[in-house]
Amino acid sequence: MAEPMRIRATMAGDVADVKVLMNHPMETGQRKDAKTGQLVPAHYITQVTATINGKNVLTAGLSGGVSKNPYLGFKVKGPKAGDKVVVSWVDNTGDKNTAEATIG
Amino acid sequence: MNALRRNVLKGAAGAGTVAVAVAAGLLKPTQALAGAPRSAFEAKNVGDALKNMGVSAPADSKDITIKAPDIAENGAVVPVEITSGIAGTTSIALIAEKNATPLVADFDLSDGTQGFVSTRIKMGQTALVRAVVTAGGKSYTAAKEVKVTIGGCGG
Repeated sequence: MAEPMRIRATMAGDVADVKVLMNHPMETGQRKDAKTGQLVPAHYITQVTATINGKNVLTAGLSGGVSKNPYLGFKVKGPKAGDKVVVSWVDNTGDKNTAEATIG
Repeated sequence: MNALRRNVLKGAAGAGTVAVAVAAGLLKPTQALAGAPRSAFEAKNVGDALKNMGVSAPADSKDITIKAPDIAENGAVVPVEITSGIAGTTSIALIAEKNATPLVADFDLSDGTQGFVSTRIKMGQTALVRAVVTAGGKSYTAAKEVKVTIGGCGG
């Protein structure tokens, strides 16, 4: 079950500074369970997309090499305070999540 | 928002959920694929990863700044920040050279998006962290060594 995602977006001059914190285990599929010795199945986010006011600003492909509960920061020139940021992710099991925030 | 998300998650069939998401404008079909194909993420060495990304012999560039710790005590969480000063940067790929699958992430940037990404990665052992930047159809690269005390891949 997908957990909530946190987005913080602030304006610094004419650049929007967007920080996203996703909740996800990001299992690589190479780690062994300490108790059973079995490999923990891969479970990681494969794709993140971000839009501002409906316009695509960032598409990211991820692998299991990204840390657990991935953090992502990026900067976009042009938006104004009050614009809506929407971030979505999809993982390798087909699970997905979307969250939105207003640039403050 | 919460009610909507619950509905989406409860959608019995996966395909149905996708259709709902597409209909709601949450996922546009054209955004379904990022620049680097999944095969690049599955490549076991840097050469194959670059080849699968369609990048050949990127030029070294001093305009790419990689901000990462010199020594990472915990390889499971290594903060990395990449800034590209190259005009017209359209994508930034992040590679941890000695990881089992070196390509960690690939970011496609739109017009207004600055040549900057910040994230946290796992590193199996001490290695070069490499950024591969595409700008105007050309590839540029820069690398920084990060010493890892405790590896963060496997266990």
